[in-house]
Amino acid sequence: MDLKDWFAKRRERRERENLEVKQLLPTEDYCALWKRCFQCRELLYTRDLRSNLQVCPHCQYHFCIGAPDRIEQLCDPGTFEEIDAEMRSSDPLEFIDTESYRKRQVAAEKKSGVVEAIMTGTCKMNGHLTALGVMDFAFFGGSMGSVVGEKVARLVERAIELSCPLIIISSSGGARMQEGILSLMQLAKTSSALKSYYETGNLYISILSEPTFGGVTASFAMLGDIIIAEPGARVGFAGRRVIEQTIRQKLPADFQTAEYLLKHGQVDMVIHRNELKDMLTKLFEFHQKKNSDKDKTLVPSSSLSSSKKAGGK
Amino acid sequence: MAEVKRQVPLEFEKPLSVLAQQIDNLEAQLQEQPDLEPELRHLKEQYTSLRKSLYSNLRPIDRLAIARHPERPYTRDYFERWDSQWIELHGDRHGTDDSAMVGGLLDLGNDLKVIAVGTQKGRNIKEKQSCNFGMPQPEGYAKALRLFKHAEKFGLPIVTLIDTPGAYPGLAAEEHNQAQAIAINLLELSGLTVPVVAVVTGEGGSGGALAIGVANRILMLEHSVYSVISPEGCASILWRSADKVSDAAQSMKITAREILELGVIDGIITEPLGGAHKDPEATAKAAKAAIVSQLSELVKLSGSEVRHDRQHKFRSMGKWRDQ
Repeated sequence: MDLKDWFAKRRERRERENLEVKQLLPTEDYCALWKRCFQCRELLYTRDLRSNLQVCPHCQYHFCIGAPDRIEQLCDPGTFEEIDAEMRSSDPLEFIDTESYRKRQVAAEKKSGVVEAIMTGTCKMNGHLTALGVMDFAFFGGSMGSVVGEKVARLVERAIELSCPLIIISSSGGARMQEGILSLMQLAKTSSALKSYYETGNLYISILSEPTFGGVTASFAMLGDIIIAEPGARVGFAGRRVIEQTIRQKLPADFQTAEYLLKHGQVDMVIHRNELKDMLTKLFEFHQKKNSDKDKTLVPSSSLSSSKKAGGK
Repeated sequence: MAEVKRQVPLEFEKPLSVLAQQIDNLEAQLQEQPDLEPELRHLKEQYTSLRKSLYSNLRPIDRLAIARHPERPYTRDYFERWDSQWIELHGDRHGTDDSAMVGGLLDLGNDLKVIAVGTQKGRNIKEKQSCNFGMPQPEGYAKALRLFKHAEKFGLPIVTLIDTPGAYPGLAAEEHNQAQAIAINLLELSGLTVPVVAVVTGEGGSGGALAIGVANRILMLEHSVYSVISPEGCASILWRSADKVSDAAQSMKITAREILELGVIDGIITEPLGGAHKDPEATAKAAKAAIVSQLSELVKLSGSEVRHDRQHKFRSMGKWRDQ
């Protein structure tokens, strides 16, 4: 009997005896105890992996994570207030491929534990009021259809209304094919909303996580005032396979990785998940508007800047 | 019948070209055998009725074939017919002039001087290669953006013509940030205070098409298509099969009429029977008339009204349910 069987047996016994399983993951019916790192092939204990923000402690591989986990990692506890939580696609094309879009939606909801490919809301990040959008790759490959477009547009409008910084964490395969041309138009809708946001002079930080492609990079993900990528994240417009077929030559091994993007001037920085929240806080504080009369920070480090404000006014 | 033979018949047009061949043969024999005339007349009638029924029952995949027809008029053909004296402007000002994106100054008459920009596919092999088969590089989008800014500076309305399979997927294109080139065009177009009218003349391929398509009014030629991904790409991803292209084209709703029903575009420009390539002259005339009629309405609005009109148009696109 190897180790895996032993754990499987233990799980069965617990279920038989109706014992509560510790550390139940929100999206799974049972707790997978071990996970193998995609990069270094090391077996990782799920609980350790979770406490290490889903980063492999051996090779620093950043696992793709769901929206609820990401929100938990970044927001001050209990401050995330979701908007449009129940918005779902209405299947405008009545699309059917090998299965109907409606059926696929139900299956995707069950698989991912979220109702659409993005969760949006407001939160506090180390005390800073922030409008936050987090995409979830597990739902339809994080693809952007009418709902994602509308939720992003409303989030941007909320940020304009609150005059606060905006963060969108992208993880997407592109536009959602099942909504056809309407999905494509969401590129224009989100970019157009950002145009209005740009004019308010507030900071928009776009965070690119594994993987971000197609329509999402061709709209809001690449429009950040500051663009941050997670280590190893693959980001691009066209997929690797499509490019290889088009140009008929082999691509470099690190093609379209965050580090490659940094080298080619497409992102500002590549930041380890452990340091992300601190970096965001620093960026907020640096860009805080001097003439703003609303004091949005609660942390002591900003007291200096707010006293300056008071003196200036 | 000669005009039919000159052109490449599409798959669904084959029965028609067989009939045309027979008519030609009969005509050749007519001088020696005058008694063939009733038969010839009968065949000609058959030809006309078949042609009519064929073109009024086109499947989405047939329209796709017409949209990609090698003899379909391209952007330059329209520009030259609209204003034979048009002045072409070149270059992105950063080291490249992408031939897949053409633009310049056009006088459309009726006191309408415009900046026109469009994707260009190229007619022969050499042209096609230099235009990348109508797929612009990031530099092409930068060139378009530079022309849009020119229009904004001088208060000139913008006309864009869309006929592209999509933005070019290549190594250099990715290194030069194709995605951002498209995104920045979407952003800047939505903020312009001059009117923009976009016409899909052939293929409207995804983000590469939309990058010059954020307009106050969007029109489509009758047989043109506009889609989020090519039907081939969709079939290979969702059906995992290359022979489901027709199903994908059907499901995605890519034709002008279906897109008009979805409320994405504002009008359809009728093409001559059989497609724009049967009579480019008439097509160009109809397209120009439609553009001029839209623009002459839009120029009456103030700058901020024009911008609001465009942003509002895209803001209201999409369908969802709240529950």
